[in-house]
Amino acid sequence: MKLTDSKLIAADRDTVWQALLSADVLKDCVPGCQEMSGSPEEGFEATVVQKVGPVKATFKGAVTLSDMVVGESLTLTGEGKGGAAGFAKGGANVTLSDEEGGTLLAYEVEAKVGGKLAQLGSRIIDGFAKKMADQFFETFRSVVEGPTEEVENDDGAEEGEKKKGWLGRLVSG
Amino acid sequence: MPKDSGIGASSKRREDVRFLTGTGQYTDDINIHGQTYVYFLRSDVAHGKINNIDTSAAAAMPGVVRIFTGADFEGIGSIPCGWQVTDRHGEPMQEPAHPVLAQGKVRHVGDPIAAVVAESLEQARDAAEAIDLDIEELPAVVDMKAALSDGATKVHDDLSSNLCYDWGFVEENKGAVDEAIKNAAHVTTLELVNNRLVANPMEPRVAVGDYNRANDESTLFTTSQNPHVIRLLMGAFVLGIPEHKLRVVAPDVGGGFGTKIFHYAEEAFCTFAARQINRPVKWTASRSEAFMSDAHGRDHVTKIELALDADNNFTAVRTETYANMGAYLSTFAPSVPTWLHGTLMAGNYKTPLIYVNVKAVFTNTVPVDAYRGAGRPEATYQLERVIDKAARELGVDPIALRRQNFITEFPYATPVAVEYDTGNYPATMDKLEEIADLSGFDARRKASEAKGKLRGLGVNCYIEACGIAPSNLVGQLGARAGLYDAATVRVNATGTISVMVGAHSHGQGHETAFPQVVAEMLGIDENMIDIVHGDSSKIPFGMGTYGSRSIAVCGSAMVRATEKIINKAKKIASHLLEASEADIELKDGQFSVAGTDKSVAWGDVTLAAYVPHNYPLEDIEPGLEETAFYDPSNFTYPSGAYACEVEVDPETGKVTIERFAAADDFGNVINPMIVTGQVHGGIGQGIGQALLENCAYDENGQLLSASYMDYAMPRASDVPFYTVDHSCQTPCTHNPLGVKGCGEAGAIGSPPSVVNAVVDALQSGGHNVTHIDMPVSPSRVWAAMNNA
Repeated sequence: MKLTDSKLIAADRDTVWQALLSADVLKDCVPGCQEMSGSPEEGFEATVVQKVGPVKATFKGAVTLSDMVVGESLTLTGEGKGGAAGFAKGGANVTLSDEEGGTLLAYEVEAKVGGKLAQLGSRIIDGFAKKMADQFFETFRSVVEGPTEEVENDDGAEEGEKKKGWLGRLVSG
Repeated sequence: MPKDSGIGASSKRREDVRFLTGTGQYTDDINIHGQTYVYFLRSDVAHGKINNIDTSAAAAMPGVVRIFTGADFEGIGSIPCGWQVTDRHGEPMQEPAHPVLAQGKVRHVGDPIAAVVAESLEQARDAAEAIDLDIEELPAVVDMKAALSDGATKVHDDLSSNLCYDWGFVEENKGAVDEAIKNAAHVTTLELVNNRLVANPMEPRVAVGDYNRANDESTLFTTSQNPHVIRLLMGAFVLGIPEHKLRVVAPDVGGGFGTKIFHYAEEAFCTFAARQINRPVKWTASRSEAFMSDAHGRDHVTKIELALDADNNFTAVRTETYANMGAYLSTFAPSVPTWLHGTLMAGNYKTPLIYVNVKAVFTNTVPVDAYRGAGRPEATYQLERVIDKAARELGVDPIALRRQNFITEFPYATPVAVEYDTGNYPATMDKLEEIADLSGFDARRKASEAKGKLRGLGVNCYIEACGIAPSNLVGQLGARAGLYDAATVRVNATGTISVMVGAHSHGQGHETAFPQVVAEMLGIDENMIDIVHGDSSKIPFGMGTYGSRSIAVCGSAMVRATEKIINKAKKIASHLLEASEADIELKDGQFSVAGTDKSVAWGDVTLAAYVPHNYPLEDIEPGLEETAFYDPSNFTYPSGAYACEVEVDPETGKVTIERFAAADDFGNVINPMIVTGQVHGGIGQGIGQALLENCAYDENGQLLSASYMDYAMPRASDVPFYTVDHSCQTPCTHNPLGVKGCGEAGAIGSPPSVVNAVVDALQSGGHNVTHIDMPVSPSRVWAAMNNA
């Protein structure tokens, strides 16, 4: 499946670009991510727990960044193996452009699943992938922007703590 | 007056007592002391190169006995294919190796890569998760036509292409058929898909391998329709175990529908591994595994052309079919789109010229093989759909067009190499018109329309070739086995009888119907007779049950063996009665001397055979046991006419089956109730194919329909009450019972009438829809109605 969407982020392009390259930001943004380590150059290693329809599994996989044009575009590619649950692969082409009020982050996402995930979850995988992408970029936006009134998080205080904003945390050390 | 026993009686199915009370003994009920469990790690990519399999961490997991990979099967045979098709250029089909566990490459989702044998299934499954697989995913071929294009990825690198064979039949007729189509007054063309199905027997496949080191004997308990065939294929071709050291047992089996004919890797694995570790090894498929490892059915893409002259006589049929073989050749896969399909393309009609072209294609999908009907549903569907389309194009009544072209003289040699011995197609059509109340259809359509529904009527005929088959003929056609069957009638001292039959009963009711035949011949109570089946150590030999062959072939062997029993018993009776053997008559279990009141009872004769104090020992041996092998001289040709009435909801496209009638000619019928049940089940599966079932792959070869959430099996609410009749009986001329077989008819005869009815309903609503592919789902109907 393929889907495209965009988000307006109230931050300048350089800030958004730096955030895209951060393992910490990615960890915060990938839904269900338990661990994320690595660097943009070497690629990231991730552990993600997700439930797709009837299948719940821990996916271990790698995320690589490629086709990087500094400040403009990059491709995120991930592949996760969930053991008996099968596998999920996905990619996102991300482009940044200046827009009034900040930076427009446009993305094209492609997702594939295999094994038990495909056998049991294929009917719901499109919706699932859309939800994952929406969550990822929405969280990304709020992490980059820091907390605002309109993204009040209803997950409670722990999440709110994180919502200091990526830049704010960088600055505050 | 219906009979209450013997041939023609609706004796109650005696096996149902144990099935319905939970006392059946299925393969999964077999547990042997010291048993281990195997879990197969299967590929979750459709096509890939195996770079490495690291089992070291998994091997150290708790309870693991041993882990096997493809490397353990170096030098072990390939899972064999039982039928070699010769292509239209005289070349043998391409036949790839089929290893027990993948070697080098995986070729479909579900291809077994490694097998973990452990003390418990849970431990085996946990350890399988710890196997470190390095598989490089390769592009997959899924679409058959794309698989044949230049530069397509090859499923098997050592083959020249993904084409298994390009078969032409009858090749010599090709020019004449092309000419007839060119010169026809009218040609109707139809392109269609015969959807891929998964058989889904209620009981998944199970195998238990056992090895007795003391006498070097292996035993395989397996969910098979033909244990002797498995013994032959696995013993001789895969594992190299001689017959006398290999016993194959298929106990109670919960449905087969074709998919349990074939020899599967898991059977060979359990037998092999039990010898290696010297402990029993058990495998029970999960339903998910069944979806990705049981051979699938159908999956043809066909273009058919029907040529007619100016008087609407059929002059020629030409077809071009792509048949999916999947990633490997399953046991009888090559025969299904060819000899079980091309030979049926005459249908019930005297079309003089027929040419069938079939391209069998390898793809990165589960292997495809016989499923209830096997080739004959594919033939019937395309022929009966194109005839219906022709009738619409010509503006003639579809029943009248069929009647006009019926074969009416028998025996009839078709232009596709078979000879129908008997049949009466106008009679079954007459019967259908009566039982389906076709004259009342217009009123029912008006009633449906008053409710805002569209109502359609679809009719079709079918012919099938059953009772598979004359061995000398199938040998010429490429079968690597004979297709006779065998029975031993063992009469005990007190007159009770065990009949060891080569046919296997997995729902057919043999345990009831077979004794009815012997009881009729001997004039004794059916309950004195049991059949024994499904164990290679107990029965003489058997080619098993498929192709509606059990009563026609194995039943005939049983008749021949019983005739031998009668002949010997008459000799004994003549001695006891001090009369000439020629004067001895057997009636109602009494041997009597013709024209006298002297008689001796069945039980006295059988006792004399085993206590031969007063016995003609100089002429005959003691004992009363006879064996017969029967090889038929022709196929049998059941036929019939089916009618389906549907309602279509124009708002949603949902189709409901309102009425279904089947008029079949099965020749003589042993047990009408069982035959009715077989027809019901077959129609249920045919309706499933027509409306609901579809095995779906995505473009990467991922299997998308592998659970009952995604694969729609027909349920009770999806089918109507059927009206079934089998009173039109033209007995088979060449077997002793005059029977034709009924197991597959319903599944063969029903899909075209359903689709014909849906098209009729849509046309009645003013929608110019000429075809919808199966399954005729609400979304497809709605799209067709709305040109979407």
